[in-house]
Amino acid sequence: MSEAGIGSGQGTRAWLLSEYPASRMQARLGRAYATWLRFAANRLAVVGLAILIALVLVATFAGVLAPHSPYAGDLAGARLLPPLSPGHLLGTDDQGRDILSRLIYGSRLTLAVVLMVAVLTAPVGLLVGTVAGYAGGIIDTALMRVTDIFLAFPKLVLALALVAALGPGIENAVIAIAITSWPPYARMARAETLAVRHADYIDAIRLMGASPLRIVLRHVMPMCLSSLIVRVTLDMAGIILIAAGLGFLGLGAQPPAPEWGAMIASGRRFILDQWWVATMPGMAILIVSLGFNLVGDGLRDALDPREAER
Amino acid sequence: MSPTVAAASRTGSRPAARLWRPLLGLIRFAAVVATTFLGLLAVTFFIGRVIPVDPVLAVLGDRAPASAMERVREEMGLNLPLWQQFVLYVRQALSGDFGTSVLTTNAVMDDIRRVFPATIELATLGTLIGTGLGVPLGVLAAVKRGSLTDQIVRVIGLVGYSVPIFWLALLSLLIFYARLGWVAYPGRIGVAFEYSFTSTTGLYLLDALWQGEWEVAWDVFRHIILPASLLGYFSLAYISRMTRSFMLNELGQEYIVAARAKGLSEARIIWCHALRNAAVPLVTVIALSYANLLEGSVLTETVFSWPGLGLYITNSLQNADMNAVLGGTLVIGATFIGINLLSDLLYRLLDPRTHAR
Amino acid sequence: MTPMLTVEDLAISFATRTGRFEAVRGVSFTLGRERLGIVGESGSGKSLTGRAIMGLTPPSADVTARRLAFDGIDLLTAPPAQRRALRGARLSMVLQDPKYSLDPVMSIGRQIVETLRTHERVSRREARERALDMLAAVQIENPARVFDLYPHEVSGGMGQRAMIAMMLIANPELLIADEPTSALDVTVQLEVLGILDRLVTDRGMGLIFISHDLRLVSSFCDRVLVMYAGRVVEEIAAAELAHARHPYTRGLLACVPVPGHDRHPLPVLDRRPEWRL
Repeated sequence: MSEAGIGSGQGTRAWLLSEYPASRMQARLGRAYATWLRFAANRLAVVGLAILIALVLVATFAGVLAPHSPYAGDLAGARLLPPLSPGHLLGTDDQGRDILSRLIYGSRLTLAVVLMVAVLTAPVGLLVGTVAGYAGGIIDTALMRVTDIFLAFPKLVLALALVAALGPGIENAVIAIAITSWPPYARMARAETLAVRHADYIDAIRLMGASPLRIVLRHVMPMCLSSLIVRVTLDMAGIILIAAGLGFLGLGAQPPAPEWGAMIASGRRFILDQWWVATMPGMAILIVSLGFNLVGDGLRDALDPREAER
Repeated sequence: MSPTVAAASRTGSRPAARLWRPLLGLIRFAAVVATTFLGLLAVTFFIGRVIPVDPVLAVLGDRAPASAMERVREEMGLNLPLWQQFVLYVRQALSGDFGTSVLTTNAVMDDIRRVFPATIELATLGTLIGTGLGVPLGVLAAVKRGSLTDQIVRVIGLVGYSVPIFWLALLSLLIFYARLGWVAYPGRIGVAFEYSFTSTTGLYLLDALWQGEWEVAWDVFRHIILPASLLGYFSLAYISRMTRSFMLNELGQEYIVAARAKGLSEARIIWCHALRNAAVPLVTVIALSYANLLEGSVLTETVFSWPGLGLYITNSLQNADMNAVLGGTLVIGATFIGINLLSDLLYRLLDPRTHAR
Repeated sequence: MTPMLTVEDLAISFATRTGRFEAVRGVSFTLGRERLGIVGESGSGKSLTGRAIMGLTPPSADVTARRLAFDGIDLLTAPPAQRRALRGARLSMVLQDPKYSLDPVMSIGRQIVETLRTHERVSRREARERALDMLAAVQIENPARVFDLYPHEVSGGMGQRAMIAMMLIANPELLIADEPTSALDVTVQLEVLGILDRLVTDRGMGLIFISHDLRLVSSFCDRVLVMYAGRVVEEIAAAELAHARHPYTRGLLACVPVPGHDRHPLPVLDRRPEWRL
């Protein structure tokens, strides 16, 4: 690390943005910083990031933040109170439960679903795609055929059928969504792999005697990562919507869990007179999934300046 | 599936090869479609027969008498090995036999035939709305790139991507039906006309207009416009975004510079050159969004009590009617494949580079 | 005689993150009904100069000049509609690669007709006749067949001829040819140049020929501007090129291989920072 590196803020910045990095780490950090600058220049993306950070914080500190219990309501005294009622900022539902508290606790479910699906699907898609793309031939054809079959199903409908067979519940909803979500990642990873497969540097690595496994793991997969991250981030919005849709149909999280989609379903009966019961959880879903979309959009522009040029 | 097929038929150098290449392409194409469809069946078979502990229970529910259980077990061939069961399943599915619905006691295929036109009508109108508004908005955003208009179009699109459709449906019902009274609800047609009006194609709006029943047509329109607009908004979000991206790509091409050098007006450059080129990939996008609307209709139909395939599937789900659920799933999957085929055909029609000479 | 085109102190700059980037500075020349070559390496600003005359610089470019006039019309103050009316009709431009500069989904004939019908009120039938004549004029053997072909169906040389036909059909007075043969096979290059040469001579047009190939330009043009890093470093009659004074021009000339001579080491082009000033 260069000596001039640490010092004033200005110095750090100059060190990061140096055209002549002295070490590999400096180059890497510098590139990350340049990406961050491009990301931060996009105001909408920063808004999205703020939403996501808020989501994580709210989910983590739900116990502290929530003014009431998400499960126990005051059936006698506080049924269907409108928003801005004393003690109930967003009103209460038909069982006298505080909607705000339920939303705060529900953020945990939402975050859990999204993370679970991402953890389950992204590696699978990456593996299938890179292996298919690198191996080629019959393996490629077979894997892509399977991928195409899953792509031929509309996501939500397939997830519905799966949950119908597996039985309702949030774990099964996650499994069903995961099964329907990996094919696009596989397709994308395969396309990226095909693009780098015959690059000279891969040939060079092969000449040096690297095994196919090493080539795929160390040299092909990293090339796919940035587009995969963008894609996964953008898809998280869709995952939230599908999970909420399953919840709305009564196939996701079961009552009394404060899942946002299920909350909309239970508020549906009162939509004409007590509009807030269904409206508030919908707003929550909208904001969070908008956050993922904004961040994904910003990431794409920041990670791929070529694409942003368009 | 489209790139392989296009590539297969695009090449062709020697005269002999030119003659039978397209035929080979066709055979390959058919093989791809067949395997995809077979795969579809395999997936539904797996969901229906392998996942449940007792498929008979899944089909009949737990209140059925033991004799019925035994009969169904026989019918489904559950005592056969799994692969024979699958062959039987495929044979039944290909002959349009998806079993009987517990809920309606009809053959699932008959039920689907009855409800599917409602979904088609809704999704088609939705796509028309989405394309009619989405393409011009996308073009506008691309042309005025970076401007306020561009930002607004972008936000409209992003919200469309992010909003739960069933929630928006509920809110719009609250506003446009309950508060303003502009639209009709529920279903496809008012009680006043339900029995006097006979639809031959199952597409009410078209039939009403065709028969010159203006009053009926207006009533049908008041029923369909809200759900169709909602679906339209979703396809608009997708289509406007893709249109913008395709248009920006085309506007950066050299032939646009050449068109300017010729002295063409901006309007002509945008609509006759750039959009005409962008239309080639757009066809695929529009087809895809149509297919997505079939899916989006599941939730929308549930909220609007629209008697289509989506409502049929969710109703069956709530009653654990597996035959109906899987039949509906299969039909939607098959429609997906069909739409993809169609978009592939259209693509080649629009792009002279894929024409065989 | 007043010149057809006057360029005085032309400057083109772009705003970048690190400040203003001046791509072209202080370029001045005049042009009559003659052939002017502009030579330079890539990035020297030669193409931008051509596009600025056409009014086709990207929106992010800032174009200024003491004077930029075509036939007495001040191009910088002319309203966009007037500039558009000039383009294709009086000022025209041939681009580098027909593979990209022809609209891929419109038949060649329709693209040629489009230019004509934009600038002249002619019937469909007459426009077709004239397009066919124009295709014949660029020495395409079977105009009627080529008329209905799409750009991807013809060779590069054929495509560039179609491009020339499209740009000349409205009888412009000045043609800017931006590397018109660089994307073509060597064997076709001379053919296309010959066609361009004849058309320009026969019609008494002015020509700005932009190229990186000094030898080609010197054999084809009357006068040569040598550009380096956005500036004109030398203006010289093509015949006098052997007596070029500027070291950069001489360096470019020295890069031209001479058959039969084996030179070791190969000369490296000298690029001194002070020439940028």
